[in-house]
Amino acid sequence: MSSFKDLFNTYSWDDVKQGIYSKTAADVLHALRSPKRNLEDFKALISPAAEPFLEEMAQLSQQISQKRFGKTMQLYVPLYLSNECNNICTYCGFSFDNKVRRKTLSDKEILQEVETIKKMGYDHVLLVTGEANQTVHVDYFKKAMELVSPHFSNVSLEVQPLEQDEYEALIPYGLHAVLVYQETYHREDYKKHHPKGKKSNFDYRLETPDRLGKAGIHKMGLGVLIGLEDWRTDSFFTALHLSYLEKTYWQSKYSISFPRLRPFSGGLEPKVAMNDRELVQLICAYRIFNEEIELSLSTRESETFRNNVLKLGITSMSAGSKTNPGGYAVEPEALEQFEISDERSPEEIAQLIKSQGYEPVWKDWDSALNPKANY
Amino acid sequence: MLKIGNTTFNSHLFTGTGKYSSSEVMEKSLLASGSELVTVALKRVDFKNQVQDDLLTKLNHPHIKLLPNTSGVRNAKEAIFAAQLAREALETNLIKLEIHPDPKYLMPDPIETLIATEALAKLGFIVLPYIHADPVLCKRLEEAGTAAVMPLGSPIGSNKGLKTIDFLEIIIEQSHVPVIVDAGIGAPSDAAKAMEIGADAVLVNTAIAVSPDPVAMGLAFKMAVEAGRMAFEARLAPKHTGAVASSPLTSFLDV
Repeated sequence: MSSFKDLFNTYSWDDVKQGIYSKTAADVLHALRSPKRNLEDFKALISPAAEPFLEEMAQLSQQISQKRFGKTMQLYVPLYLSNECNNICTYCGFSFDNKVRRKTLSDKEILQEVETIKKMGYDHVLLVTGEANQTVHVDYFKKAMELVSPHFSNVSLEVQPLEQDEYEALIPYGLHAVLVYQETYHREDYKKHHPKGKKSNFDYRLETPDRLGKAGIHKMGLGVLIGLEDWRTDSFFTALHLSYLEKTYWQSKYSISFPRLRPFSGGLEPKVAMNDRELVQLICAYRIFNEEIELSLSTRESETFRNNVLKLGITSMSAGSKTNPGGYAVEPEALEQFEISDERSPEEIAQLIKSQGYEPVWKDWDSALNPKANY
Repeated sequence: MLKIGNTTFNSHLFTGTGKYSSSEVMEKSLLASGSELVTVALKRVDFKNQVQDDLLTKLNHPHIKLLPNTSGVRNAKEAIFAAQLAREALETNLIKLEIHPDPKYLMPDPIETLIATEALAKLGFIVLPYIHADPVLCKRLEEAGTAAVMPLGSPIGSNKGLKTIDFLEIIIEQSHVPVIVDAGIGAPSDAAKAMEIGADAVLVNTAIAVSPDPVAMGLAFKMAVEAGRMAFEARLAPKHTGAVASSPLTSFLDV
């Protein structure tokens, strides 16, 4: 099998959905009592039938997470480099047809932002851009990473999908992880939400983790944008993708995010809303299904929700995030990609983590561990 | 008394520093455990700011020696580089060699480990490699100049105990270097068992760090390791089932 696409094409969205919604309490109990869980167990855990078992799932999830990750929480911060974008995405503030002022940070501005987020205490950074291949391309990323990498132990990228050789070229600049969310695994709906731009190519995006695996990346992040389609079915496909990747690219690490659609100026209302109970169910289901997977929770979620959910299986969090290029130091007032919900500072979040009996971890990598450091 | 390289240890319990709820709890647990060799992941240490590094500050006790580990590297080349960085920054020749290219189960790569051990030993390191409980690999590592071997009891972090006991016994029987059972020790009884079969030391992290009372658990492991060691030195009474009353095979000699 040369890529995930071949496996993916053997599945039907409707059959999977029906499979999930026909799970019973007995299936859920089987999943909870099994020492190892498979994809059928995962379907049961994310099904409506699992809702009465939420407390039991939460306790199990917490216990499994502590065994693997201890009582620790990693902290990272996103650094938006550019909001230029040639894609039309119905849910995104950076969408090509959204009339906002476009900005790509210059070298000097990147360093200004770096200085500010270093003062916030961060050592793990996530670089984010839209997709504007004319200006924000591999050479721009190289340049940006040359500036950023010396200041951080760990640098990740959340940008447009690239070619395998482009990822290979960026790794020596300190690239540790790449996040590429499929947004939705529903092929037809994907097309509706991405009518124009390179992103409209569903298959190219679907095969991105394969290219990353072949490039030998240390870690990759998967996920869907919750609200576009039935979240249960989309989450099953995420888990299927994860299982395929873990087997195929066994030297890479994986993380999952579960961003819920957030409002932005002129934006889309979620087609399928997911409530807080359901998000807790999904977090716990991922943990019970896969004991080793990293689970990440962003500032999209509310204070109260983050306070209560951080001990249920999450392994990394962001705090004090700005979702516009220059948001930390250069021009703090500009328009954001989406509104963040939890606006507390990194210091406040670190205190919160400590007050819950967990240790905030700012550094869990060292640039000395990067192959062929080029910066 | 346990000797690794030129260093002697009174305690046969080695410990780790990960997974604790705070560095204060970690410090108290390690002090309660009496451990004199504590492993630290390079990736968790802030080398640029060593004086203020929370982890290192809490480990600053005269009886505690640091054992930097290479967790995160995927091959011999990266491991050798990381070991050199550790030696320079922490001023120790001791290195716990961890090469696990598989980030899911953290299984050690025997081939890269052997290559790195040989290279590091030549560079003057005191190498303690984390490996599968593979008796032949242990002998090959001895030939490569390792200072000790650290076979796993069961998958790391699993708390499943000594699943590899049959192989550990062979390794202990054949080894010229100290054998430290690393990974999988989930309870003081597992540690005691490892010591009873003749391991020179055990390394415990998750079982202490993730316990609801890590300080008490640190002490419990200290006592278990001491008891197990004492039992090994005193030699266990042999086990047998059933009485051996008559001598059906040799009674003819009595006639």
